[in-house]
Amino acid sequence: MKLKPLLEIKNITMKFGSLIANEDVSFNIHENEIVSLIGPNGAGKTTLFNCITGFYKPFSGKTIYLGKDITNLPPHRICKLGITRTFQIVKTLNEMTVKENVMTGAFLTTRNRKEAEESAEEILNITGLYKKKDVLGANLTIADRKRVEIARALATKPRILMLDECMAGLNQTEIKEVMNLILQLKDQGLSLLIVEHIMEAIMPISDNVVVLNAGRKIAEGKPEDVVNNEEVIKAYLGVKYHAKSKKS
Amino acid sequence: MVKNKKAIIILIAIMAILPIFIKSKVVLNAIVLLLIFATLGEAWNIITGFAGQTSFGHAAYFGIGAYTSAVLYFHYEISPLIGMVLGAIIAAIIGVVTSYPTFRLKGHYFAIATLAIAEVIKQLFISWRYVEGATGISIPILPRSATFMERIIYLQFNEKVPWVYISLFLFAVVVFICDYLENSKMGYYLKAIRESHEAAESIGINTTNYKLYAMIVSSAISALAGSIYAQYILYIDPFMMFSLEVSMKIVLLTVLGGIGNIFGPIIGAAIFIPLSEFTRMKLGGSGTGIDLMIYGALIVLISVFQPKGIIGIVESIRNRSTKKKGGEGEVEALTRN
Amino acid sequence: MGQIIVNGILMGFIYSLVAIGLTLTWGTMGIPNFAHGDFLMLSMYLAFWAFELIGIDPLLMLPICILAIFILGVLTYKGIISRVIDGASLTALLATFGLGMFLKNLAQFLWTPNYRYINDALVSGKIIKLGNIVLGVPQIVAAVGSILLVVVIVYFMENTRTGKAIQATALNRNTALLMGINTSKIFAITFGITGACVGAAGALMSSFFPIYPTLGSLFSTLSLVIVALGGLGSIKGALYGGLIIGLTEAIGGYFLGTQFKYLLVFLIYLIVIQVRPKGLFGW
Repeated sequence: MKLKPLLEIKNITMKFGSLIANEDVSFNIHENEIVSLIGPNGAGKTTLFNCITGFYKPFSGKTIYLGKDITNLPPHRICKLGITRTFQIVKTLNEMTVKENVMTGAFLTTRNRKEAEESAEEILNITGLYKKKDVLGANLTIADRKRVEIARALATKPRILMLDECMAGLNQTEIKEVMNLILQLKDQGLSLLIVEHIMEAIMPISDNVVVLNAGRKIAEGKPEDVVNNEEVIKAYLGVKYHAKSKKS
Repeated sequence: MVKNKKAIIILIAIMAILPIFIKSKVVLNAIVLLLIFATLGEAWNIITGFAGQTSFGHAAYFGIGAYTSAVLYFHYEISPLIGMVLGAIIAAIIGVVTSYPTFRLKGHYFAIATLAIAEVIKQLFISWRYVEGATGISIPILPRSATFMERIIYLQFNEKVPWVYISLFLFAVVVFICDYLENSKMGYYLKAIRESHEAAESIGINTTNYKLYAMIVSSAISALAGSIYAQYILYIDPFMMFSLEVSMKIVLLTVLGGIGNIFGPIIGAAIFIPLSEFTRMKLGGSGTGIDLMIYGALIVLISVFQPKGIIGIVESIRNRSTKKKGGEGEVEALTRN
Repeated sequence: MGQIIVNGILMGFIYSLVAIGLTLTWGTMGIPNFAHGDFLMLSMYLAFWAFELIGIDPLLMLPICILAIFILGVLTYKGIISRVIDGASLTALLATFGLGMFLKNLAQFLWTPNYRYINDALVSGKIIKLGNIVLGVPQIVAAVGSILLVVVIVYFMENTRTGKAIQATALNRNTALLMGINTSKIFAITFGITGACVGAAGALMSSFFPIYPTLGSLFSTLSLVIVALGGLGSIKGALYGGLIIGLTEAIGGYFLGTQFKYLLVFLIYLIVIQVRPKGLFGW
């Protein structure tokens, strides 16, 4: 029996008109755990992210954080409680420098400029952005924008960090760097919820994997169990291919 | 930041010694107006330059400030010094009450809403008997024998020089407030809201509250400038105070000076106010509109030749010499569209 | 009451035509043209002087006014807008504001601030009675003319290559550019059409509306509000927005007194925008 979960996602259903984006999705995130959320395009991963972080109000279901219902709180309140997310389509603060981007995040826990600056610099160091700290957000490459996205979120000192496809579009070395960063953050005691498409990057570092397909949770478990799950293979490769591969 | 502070102090010191050398009433008048409009520009810069919420209706707060102190003086002989403070409070309240429901509008829809609010207030003042409607208010002039103390209490001076110092004092206070804001948590938060609403929310910024704080500061400062203006001119009416022209003048000098920069408004005002005063003096007497015609043409020309604001020239020179900010201007221009 | 409503609707169609002109440029380029009303004013003066000096009826001037202001629109784009469109976000808007100020005062300088009227045009002073409702012929002609032009513009936008290119450019300028659309040319044409709309409206209005240099300010502000009310870039929005504002002005003026009619117009916008934050037909 595990400890009491940090974040409980309970029966979340989200509809846009008649389109059901999430249906009855439940899972938990425990202290110091990396949970990854995978699934084909359009499975409802980002929608679920938006529901958890308050950007959408779910149609039904609840999110419980440390025993407290946070379902209908606005995004900024959820962040203050300790859950910070990044965006798949990065939202770099373009007319601000990298350091200013990160400092803005750091101001959540302090009013003092010096303290914000120090904490930003520390994060710039661990995210490998220190050399670029004076570059304007608008002038960054996509890889650096993704780093800034993580750094800014980290600066808010979250207990749960939620990363939405922070490796898409990066090359092999860059992906390795992000993987190492994620493991380092886990070592520091953070919990992470990660949406990712790149399996070879996400599988080795995950403690728990949740698979969504067409809005529903079709599997959950340890990475090695999930990759062999029939439902998951069907969802990723299609029923036909799955049947073929069975025959052979 | 420290560099900014030094520059501000030097700027204010220069302005402060100007009246010693300048005796021309025309020039002193231009300086007073320049400082009042630079103050308005700073106020507008907070809500639009920093927080990114374009206001085309700042004349409303300017007018409310002017009317509050003028009406209190006109009806009850209350000192404009008290009227000013009340005006700032009333403007801030109106700013909050009207902005709260409009802040969820995006971009141009918000801008047009601010324009509509200013127009509604203008129309109300035109028909409002208590504030003398369309006739406007002539502020009762102190007798020649008034003592210096009385002149301070009722904020009336026959000379231009005291006005230079009064408007300079207000401007100086406002610039320091803006500099402090820009480098504080609030400044960072407002800029984050300007750059991305969602990113701001995601890192724990209560965007509505911060926009409201910005509006409170911005409208209160505009109202203070309004009270000073009314006491300086000694006559106000709804058309001159609440007009779209005033709102746009504020936008104009700040944008062409350098939006989002605390030196933008003073640079813009230093160019546009003397320009408009000069054309008005030389050509305006005839009532043919040729002064405003030339002024309009100059606005077009300056926009065309310096679309990034005058401060843009300074920055591009600085960038070229240091290359600090990446200098990938072309990439930036492409991605922004 | 019927009379009031009819008056409101007739004026509303003219507002619609003026606003459709504005919504095209605003929607396509993202630049609200603050000189829009001043283009209208110029068109009205053009009609006025043609009538005063050579005796051409405003109705016959219609095509000439359309063409003249179309050219003015294209020139405005080529000479001013194209140079500021990539500048800081508010610069282009300020340039149009400066242009408006220039045109207003040019008119005042050349033709004095006096109000002018065209009193004996073809349609002047004629009325039609329908029961107890009196309809001014000039207003009817203007409204019908506006409707026809709106139909032409809608047809143009939906069924011609250029119209579709304008729509594509409005959706995404860069993508349109990639698809081989000459966006600069499209912008120039859009500005021209914007001018053509007010050119037509000016000629139609000149036979019953006073002509004076500063009327542009009022029409610029009103059309900005109408377009935002209807939704930026939406022709349908501008059409309904114009009618709503026309009716508000007429009905509000009747019940509350004419001094409050514009107050109501702006209030209507503020109320509608609370329910529909992107205007009636915005997306």
